[in-house]
Amino acid sequence: MTEAATNLNATGEQIPEDSVWVQEVAFIDSVPRSIAMIFVFMVFIGTWQLVTGLGLVSPIILPKPWETLEDMIFVGQNLMTGGYMLGALWITIKEVIYGFALAIAIGFSLGVLVGETAFGEKAVMPYLVAIDTMPKVAFAPLFVAWLGFGIESKVALAAFIATFPIVVGTAAGLHAADENARMLFKTMGATRIQTLVKMKLPIALPQIFTGLKIGAVGVMAGAITGEFLGGGKGFGELIRVAASQLNTPRVFSLILYLSLVGLALYLIVQWVQRRVVFWQKETVGAYDA
Amino acid sequence: MKATAEYDITGAPSRAPVYELTNVSKTYARNDVVALQDVSLTLKKGSFTAVIGSSGCGKSTLLKIMAGLIPPSKGRVILQNKAVTGPRRDIGMMFQQATLFPWKTAVENIVLPIEIRDGKAAAKLAMAKAHELLDVVGLKGFESVYPNELSGGMAQRTSICRMLITEPAVLLLDEPFSALDELSRDMMNMELQRICADQGATAFLVTHSIQEAVILSDEVVVMKPRPGRIAEVVEVDLVRPRTLDMMTTPKFGEIVDYIRGQLDKGEEM
Repeated sequence: MTEAATNLNATGEQIPEDSVWVQEVAFIDSVPRSIAMIFVFMVFIGTWQLVTGLGLVSPIILPKPWETLEDMIFVGQNLMTGGYMLGALWITIKEVIYGFALAIAIGFSLGVLVGETAFGEKAVMPYLVAIDTMPKVAFAPLFVAWLGFGIESKVALAAFIATFPIVVGTAAGLHAADENARMLFKTMGATRIQTLVKMKLPIALPQIFTGLKIGAVGVMAGAITGEFLGGGKGFGELIRVAASQLNTPRVFSLILYLSLVGLALYLIVQWVQRRVVFWQKETVGAYDA
Repeated sequence: MKATAEYDITGAPSRAPVYELTNVSKTYARNDVVALQDVSLTLKKGSFTAVIGSSGCGKSTLLKIMAGLIPPSKGRVILQNKAVTGPRRDIGMMFQQATLFPWKTAVENIVLPIEIRDGKAAAKLAMAKAHELLDVVGLKGFESVYPNELSGGMAQRTSICRMLITEPAVLLLDEPFSALDELSRDMMNMELQRICADQGATAFLVTHSIQEAVILSDEVVVMKPRPGRIAEVVEVDLVRPRTLDMMTTPKFGEIVDYIRGQLDKGEEM
C-alpha cells in the first residue's frame, strides 16, 4: 500500500502498515484477455522460430514461420483472384453445407422421434447409441462404394458424423422441460402437438444448438476425411497432394484457410442461436467466447 | 366472478358449494399404495380452504385429482355441477415455481392458456384483460418485460394473472409462494387474499406452513398419511380482511397450536 493517508482509523491515527488487510488481485485478473492471448501466440511463434531456426527439426517436417506465412499469402492471393484453389475450396464448402443441412434434417427428426415418443426411446435409441459408438470415419470406403468419388460420398460422411450430436441435443433437450411446465400444459388442456411446439421445443432449443455446434465441427472433419479417402477435387485433396509432395508450408496454410471456413460455420450457428434463443444467458466457455 | 355481494358482513363467504368431492380414493396400482382414502370435501363459493399435512398424506394426489390431471380410483368429483373428467378451463392452477416461459413477455405468458385453448387470435383479444390483471397484481408497466427480468415475487404475480385469465371457478394453489423468501411470502399471501376477495374466487391451497394456512383460510383441512385421509377440518373464524398483525394475536396462536397438535397426533400413528 502506497496511500498511507487512507490508513487512518476513526480518530485520525495512523494504522500500522502490517495491520492493514489489503485485498490482493491476482496478476492474471488484471490482464485483458486479448493481451493474454497475444502472449501465448508470441510464445508459440517464438518457440517455432527457435526450433526451426536452430535447425533442430528438418524443414520438411516443420518449415520456418516466415516460409509458412509466405505460402499463406500465396494461397490467399490464389483464393482472392479466383484461382484453382478457390474452386477446390468451393467444392469443400458445398460438401459442408449440404452435409450440414442433411445432418440437421435427419438429426432433428430422429431427435424428436427419440425424445418425444416412447417407441423411439425404447426401440430406436439403442441402435443410435450403438452406431454412435462406432468409429464413423471407418464408413468412408462404404460411402465411396455406394455413392462414388463425387461430392455425394463426402456429403454422406460429413452428414453421418454431424447427425449424432444433433440427435442427442434434440432428444436431451426435449427432456429438459420440468414437471411443472408439463403439468401446466396439461391443466391448460394442451394437445401433444401443442405441448411439443409451444413448450418442449423452445425449452430444448439451447441444447439443440449445442448439438448443432458440435455437429458444425464434425461436418468439416467429415468432409475433409471423405476427400482424403475418396479423392475428388476439394480442399482436402489439395492438402493430401501437398503433403505427398512434402510441401509442408502449403499444408499448413491450406489447413489455416480451411479452419477459417469451419470457424465461419460455427460463428453462423452461434449468431443464429443468439437470435433465436435470445433468452439464453451467454455462457463463457471454450466454445462461447 | 364478481362476487362482493356473496360476502356477508363479517366477510365470511356465502354457502353455495362450487367443488364437491365425495368418498374419493386413489390407489396406485403400480405399488399398491393407498394414496387417498374416502376423502370428502366441499369448497363453498368464495371460500378459501387450505390443506396441510406431512409429506405422503396425499395432498398432491388430491390436488392432481381436483385439477383433472389424474382420475380417482373411486369416488365423485364434481365442479360446478359437472363431473371432472379431465383438465377444464374453469380450473386455475398455480405451482411453487412461477413456470413462466422465457421466450414470452409477461402478457404473452398470461394469455397462454387462451392461446392453447382458443388459438392466437383469441389470445390477442385477451391482451386487454391481461393488462388489467397485471394492474390488479401491481405490475402495471411490466407488460412487455421478459420473465428473466422479473424477481421471484413478480414472476409469481404474473403467474397469478395467468391463472386468472380464464376466469376459473376454482383456484388450485400448490405451495405457490414457498420458493420465495419469508418477507415476500407474507406480502404475497396478503396480495393473494386481496385478489381472491376482489375476484370472488374460490381457492384451495396446499401448504406446509400452518401459519400460512391459518392466516389465509376459512377452513384448514388437516390430512394424515398412510393411508392419506382427512383427519379434521378446522374452521378459522378470524375476521376478514386478515392482516399480518393477526399472526401475533392469541386467537391465531391457539388455532395454530391446535392444528399442530392434530398433525403431531398423525405422526405418532
